[in-house]
Amino acid sequence: MQKIGVFVCHCGTNIAGTVDVAAVAEALGKLPGVAVAADYPYMCSESGQKMIRDAIREKELGGVVICSCSPRMHEATFRKAAAAEGLNPYLVEIANIREQDSWIHRDRAEATEKAIVLGKAAIEKVKRNAPLTAGESPVVKRALVIGGGIAGIQTALDIAEAGFPVDIVEKEPTIGGKMAQLDKTFPTLDCAACILTPKMVECAQNEKIRIFSYSEVSKVSGFVGNFRVTIRRKARYVDETKCTGCGECTEKCPQKKVPNSFNLGLDNRRAIYIPFAQAVPKVATIDADWCNMLKNGKCGVCAKVCGAGAIDYKQKDTFIEEEYGAIVAATGFRPISLSRYEEYAYGLSRDVVTSLELERLMNAAGPTGGTLLRPSDGKHPHTVVFVQCVGSRCEDGKGKSYCSKICCMYTAKHAMLIREKYPDTEVYVFTIDVRTPGKNFDEFYRRAVEEYGVHYIKGMVGKVLPEPDGSLTVRASDLIANEQLKLSADLVVLAAAVEPDPSARPLATLLTASMDTNDFFTEAHPKLRPVESPTAGVFLSGACQGPKDIPETVAQAGAAAAKVIGLLAKDKLVGNPCVAHSDEMLCNGCSSCEKVCPYGAIHYEEKEFRGPNRTVLKRRVAAVNAAVCQGCGACTVACPSGAMDLHGFSNSQIMAEVDAICR
Amino acid sequence: MPMNSPEKNGVGKEEAFRPKIVAFCCNWCSYAGADLAGTSRLSYPAEVKIIRVPCSCRVNPTFILRAFGRGADGVILCGCHPGDCHYTTGNYYTRRRMTLLFSMLDYLGIERERTRVEWVSAAEGAKFAETMRDFVATVTALGKNRRLEDLRCRN
Amino acid sequence: MQELMKARAAALLSEGKVNRVLGWAAGEFVYDVTPTVFESREELERDFVYSPFCGANLSKYLVKEARKEGKILVFLKPCDSFSFAQLVKEHRIPREKVYAVGVECYGKTDATALRSLGITGIVGAAEQYGALTLNTLNGERRVTVAEAMLEKCKSCKTKEHRLCDELLGEEGEPVSDCSRFEEVEKVEAMTPEERFAFFRGELSRCIRCNACRDVCPACTCETCVFDNPASGIAQKAAADPFEENLYHIIRAFHVAGRCTDCGECTRVCPQRIPLHLLNRKFIKDINEFYGPYQAGDDPETPSPLTDWKPDDVEPGSAVRKGGRA
Repeated sequence: MQKIGVFVCHCGTNIAGTVDVAAVAEALGKLPGVAVAADYPYMCSESGQKMIRDAIREKELGGVVICSCSPRMHEATFRKAAAAEGLNPYLVEIANIREQDSWIHRDRAEATEKAIVLGKAAIEKVKRNAPLTAGESPVVKRALVIGGGIAGIQTALDIAEAGFPVDIVEKEPTIGGKMAQLDKTFPTLDCAACILTPKMVECAQNEKIRIFSYSEVSKVSGFVGNFRVTIRRKARYVDETKCTGCGECTEKCPQKKVPNSFNLGLDNRRAIYIPFAQAVPKVATIDADWCNMLKNGKCGVCAKVCGAGAIDYKQKDTFIEEEYGAIVAATGFRPISLSRYEEYAYGLSRDVVTSLELERLMNAAGPTGGTLLRPSDGKHPHTVVFVQCVGSRCEDGKGKSYCSKICCMYTAKHAMLIREKYPDTEVYVFTIDVRTPGKNFDEFYRRAVEEYGVHYIKGMVGKVLPEPDGSLTVRASDLIANEQLKLSADLVVLAAAVEPDPSARPLATLLTASMDTNDFFTEAHPKLRPVESPTAGVFLSGACQGPKDIPETVAQAGAAAAKVIGLLAKDKLVGNPCVAHSDEMLCNGCSSCEKVCPYGAIHYEEKEFRGPNRTVLKRRVAAVNAAVCQGCGACTVACPSGAMDLHGFSNSQIMAEVDAICR
Repeated sequence: MPMNSPEKNGVGKEEAFRPKIVAFCCNWCSYAGADLAGTSRLSYPAEVKIIRVPCSCRVNPTFILRAFGRGADGVILCGCHPGDCHYTTGNYYTRRRMTLLFSMLDYLGIERERTRVEWVSAAEGAKFAETMRDFVATVTALGKNRRLEDLRCRN
Repeated sequence: MQELMKARAAALLSEGKVNRVLGWAAGEFVYDVTPTVFESREELERDFVYSPFCGANLSKYLVKEARKEGKILVFLKPCDSFSFAQLVKEHRIPREKVYAVGVECYGKTDATALRSLGITGIVGAAEQYGALTLNTLNGERRVTVAEAMLEKCKSCKTKEHRLCDELLGEEGEPVSDCSRFEEVEKVEAMTPEERFAFFRGELSRCIRCNACRDVCPACTCETCVFDNPASGIAQKAAADPFEENLYHIIRAFHVAGRCTDCGECTRVCPQRIPLHLLNRKFIKDINEFYGPYQAGDDPETPSPLTDWKPDDVEPGSAVRKGGRA
């Protein structure tokens, strides 16, 4: 039989004042399997620990129970002491007789009796403990950032700054994301390009950073510290290494009718294009849907004009496989489609635009060169109506139930910029209410109202009607004045709700990272671990976790980078050995455990077993990845056959404790 | 109080009935809450014995039945508040499992007050103590568990 | 129907589309029908039956049978097909190894019920349009199918199949006036003392023969926890009330969210314990607390016990509701 040593701590008078520690030691010493039982004023002290170590050595103890303060205090201390004497640290159990006994009971007899019961339970548990060894796994010191918007850029820069190589995978031909499309940024009104493009250039020039633009993650395997990722590099029909970005081809291409996606279709571009002047990498891309050469083999102008010989019509998608220690999701957001909002006449009139389209209309590099002109007739608008919460805070099922967070502020910005440039233009903003928490945000909004004379009206727009004369009639309610309004506007701007980029959902599946019902990535803890996914080694940056403005995105991007750096700085990851494990002889392969695992730590294997009459049986059985499992135990209860058990808190251990307490 | 024959409680007698209570507490919230009750010297009856589990979702209905079988008079399960689980979703599973289990026990005619789930955060030492006081009082009033016990486990 | 099934099975065997056929064979008595695997046309011709006594659900046998070489044909009544679909969902049966043929069913007959109607010495039975004609040693007797139906058929939920490769006979429809929770509600309406007395009365008859477990299509564990000494709840003779409670509660809990309510447990219980009352309570609770759910209905919907919602009912208030005031 295993020899157990029991050590009862006085904790000065903290325990001994209420509990008769000598009586506890005596009672526990009589239990079967207990080889030594002693009490001591301070078990955690050096001499107390020595007492334990001596006993382990001299009595050749196979398990140790310390009756002392909470395991949350000194479990680690005593485990270390045991390990120093060669006893597996997981063969130590603590009976909490201070916080959960002496400190809450006054009756000495009662407290002593309880201490004995708690000690008994710990002894029964330790008898069933198995020596556990924490698994170690090496860390690949390279990070992957998925998404090259401001979130991904900032995260990558911060990681690279710390000296670790980092790759950015961006599905568009250039990094920059939504921020590159913006005109000015609140609350300072500095131009987005002025602050973003230097960061993009920094990414391109930093030798620790590789940019895979026009690429997508197609496969992810492995786990924290050791991810193996396949990246699909989409054919752009231009050799990136040769293209100088001179732009000759984009001027000569005869196909001029391609809707310019960077300008949200407000103007056209060529079939071969560079999204915008400061694109990184500054490399041309052929739009295969529009290129005559790719479609019917008739053209080849770009290849003729390209001095660098970079055009390659035969280019195919290529796949590269890389290893990473950490992965950051920075897939960002997009405005929702407004196809279900006919009442605002979006799509019926070209003069009803989204806020992001307005950014392009006001951007000096946009289709109008920065002059605010109506898309329909190119005339200057004299009345602009902004409609807030288009699809945000929606309970009707058409839109999103959440607040998109950024709209109030960017609309104040838009209103202010219009009033500043065109004082003859009247600006109306219809809101449910105005939400401006954030540093200098409310001041910014108040300036819009007080200094710039923007008309804010509490109330929602019911309908926008295009009139035959090209104007727009806006019907709305003013809730404060309690009246129905009818306005004639030249331009209507809809603050469309934001939603996660559609690439996030399939990516979450690849990463086994969880998402909420709106397809935003879920944090490991909403308060305490906001930039980590519950899946170890996967981190969250920017609006893929929830709607965010630029300052918040950059802050979160930096926080995600710090977490990545912390992970990559380790040479080895030491796991928690108290993880789940499946007995494959008992496993049914039913997938119940996999469905409740929040970490995606369980997978299935087809294994061969000995069947009856020397046959070989193939069965589907669960296997736990110990490096990913966090040890919650949800799977152990979901498992109907009892195949799944948890190290350190096994079925037999817990039942032994139950028995010891109840008998 | 149904099915409470007077001699069961022994209320008023010298040797008062002292129930056996098993409390399963998750390591991250409720066990820490219990520690806080201790640190704050908030007393609750010594009948409560705590078993530490990593998460409330580790608690198998078998453990609860086992406790009753071995002579427990009440079993309480404490975990992080829904939405605050250290493991994100563990207590959501606990909630469904215990809802169904307790409903079944009630259906079988076992006194529903003998089982309880309570969400106690690490900051709620006072709530922990108060919950335990209340639970012990409730179970004491119910008297000995006779409907769901294994007679062979009596000494 | 029987001849149709025989012919179809024989054809599929000859075509080589299937290697074996899982069906029912005549036993010593006509009401003593046994699930059987047929390997040849001759065996089929000789022993295959589809009679009013074919209440047995064949889907569970597929767990072992589908592991063998080749493909197996199985005949599934509507309720059986739910068990089959659920087992496929749980990866217990490789779908591609089974050729499932749905057969119509309008309720199967309980020989014990016939006996209590005073019909004994049965040597033959035929069913048509809800009428049962029985050849007995004492002459021909006629009853309606409903008069001597199996307990499980009395609360049939649907005549519509799931997950079958083909159908013989006509596809039915869900039973619109299925009132399978009525009995549960009746128990719920009792006082706790009455409920305790009721279940004590029923469960104390348990002899722990394990027939309910052995027949249950949701109980397909490689090793049952009650057979596993390491589980801490391994099989013991039912020595006292706790054992019976423990066994039946744990069994019901283990199949909660997976039980299709096929009613086999009650059908096979030699002590006539209404075991379905436990499983149906879980089903009723699940429906009430988490929305309607039918195990085996579709392959996608997650089982209610592996799913959650942030605003799920709390255990305390759920028990207080419990279908009662």
